[in-house]
Amino acid sequence: MSAGGRVVRYAFRERVLHTLTALSYVYLLLTGLAFWTPALYWMAAVLGGGYLARLLHPWVGLLFSGVLLWMFVTWRSDMRTTPEDRAWRRAMRHYIRNEDAQVPPAGRFNYGQKQLFWLMVIGGVALLLSGLVLWFVASIPWELRVLRYAATLVHAVAALATIGGFIIHLYMGLAVVPEGLHAIVHGDVPVEWARHHHALWLARDQPARVPTAAVPVTKNDAASRG
Amino acid sequence: MATATLELLRISATTAPSPGVRVVPTITKLIDTTTCIGCKACEVACQEWNDLPPETTVQMGTYQTLPDMTANVWNLIRFREHEDNGALAWLMRKDQCMHCAEPGCLAACPAPGAIVQYTNGIVDFQQDQCIGCGYCITGCPFDVPKLHPTTRRVYKCTMCVDRVSVGLQPACVKACPTSCLQFGTKDAMLEIANKRVAQLHANGITHAAVYDPQGVGGTSVVTVLAHGDRPELYGLPRDPTIPVAVRMWKGPLKWIGNFAMVGGLFGVLVHYVRFGRKDHQHNDAATDQDQSKP
Repeated sequence: MSAGGRVVRYAFRERVLHTLTALSYVYLLLTGLAFWTPALYWMAAVLGGGYLARLLHPWVGLLFSGVLLWMFVTWRSDMRTTPEDRAWRRAMRHYIRNEDAQVPPAGRFNYGQKQLFWLMVIGGVALLLSGLVLWFVASIPWELRVLRYAATLVHAVAALATIGGFIIHLYMGLAVVPEGLHAIVHGDVPVEWARHHHALWLARDQPARVPTAAVPVTKNDAASRG
Repeated sequence: MATATLELLRISATTAPSPGVRVVPTITKLIDTTTCIGCKACEVACQEWNDLPPETTVQMGTYQTLPDMTANVWNLIRFREHEDNGALAWLMRKDQCMHCAEPGCLAACPAPGAIVQYTNGIVDFQQDQCIGCGYCITGCPFDVPKLHPTTRRVYKCTMCVDRVSVGLQPACVKACPTSCLQFGTKDAMLEIANKRVAQLHANGITHAAVYDPQGVGGTSVVTVLAHGDRPELYGLPRDPTIPVAVRMWKGPLKWIGNFAMVGGLFGVLVHYVRFGRKDHQHNDAATDQDQSKP
């Protein structure tokens, strides 16, 4: 590892909230998949049985919604799409093909991470609203039964959408991006990692750690914020 | 009982074919609303035979016992007053599970074995397998299944499956004093129903009809209605089907979703094999040069 040391990427608070969303999401995913198809009902069995899974699923859903709101408040300002993101999006196929030299520098979060964030926030709202209807389905009057039907479909579609994002997120964090898991668990990343993946963030938040070679990057970032 | 295994036509949330091979006639309960006198003997018989805890009645300004069926009341005579050209019609209908040939509750149920359909047509809830999700409530086009507030499981009419399986008729039929309720094979009950409708037509009740909705494949509870052209007067849906949302959810959406999830997992696997891990330690020089060019 070259000189430069490590920088803090995620504060303790951010790691806690990410852990809570991750754990609650995985529980909701496994129990939800058990209810989705009989082929995966064993997931409810290993989590204590179908009855318990059904009992806890809505409460864990409330926990997920709560920490998701916390995450939204915490990361919202970092998740706005910037002009640099548009350039990044145009070069996304290079990012996918690991041709990172041809990918424009990203801020604290790259465009893909921002898309996941908004997918989870919007999906989370849809899941919460439809989930409340499904939770209290017996209290929905017959005259308003269209709510039951809508909630059933919305809950399934929103869950599938978040699962798509979750698969990519998990794969990126665990398999593709080195240091990804370490960063979200322990909070720190090597400076050279930060310069490679989030150069604009490094320049903005850790200017003392930026070697002279990255000076033009700082200029770009200043332009985007101005 | 072990022999019932051979009579399991459908089992909820099960990937394997149902074991029912025994060929038995479809049984049916006939409700002739034109001879119902609203005595509610069937309500009492249902509570007694099934030994269900009593519910406190609700004064609704009519003879009706409760506003709706509950987890402990599976049989409710609904009283409706209908005025037609100054003439009052006092309509009574026995509300209960219709035992659909294509049950929406069973299609919607995610708990393996919580809802079964026997080869004789009876749709039965197995409360020990029920997880209390309430999807059967969404799936039912007649608003029948009721969630118990403390056991958190659903209950409804069993068609007295315990009596029927030993050759007895359901308790409500046994108690009915006017033979407004009859029980037998579906063919026999439809014959009686059609004969009764012809009789009503001859007596000038020209809109009388048999209610055996085909949208759910027909039901094992067949009703003779004096106002057969307007079943909604009795609180019955005109053309009930399994809700479109439930059919979408258990049909195309399920297969699209499964395909997408498996495809997503396969996609990331292919990506890993093709492109693998990112490497920030060896690309950095190139990246920096690239960035510093302009």
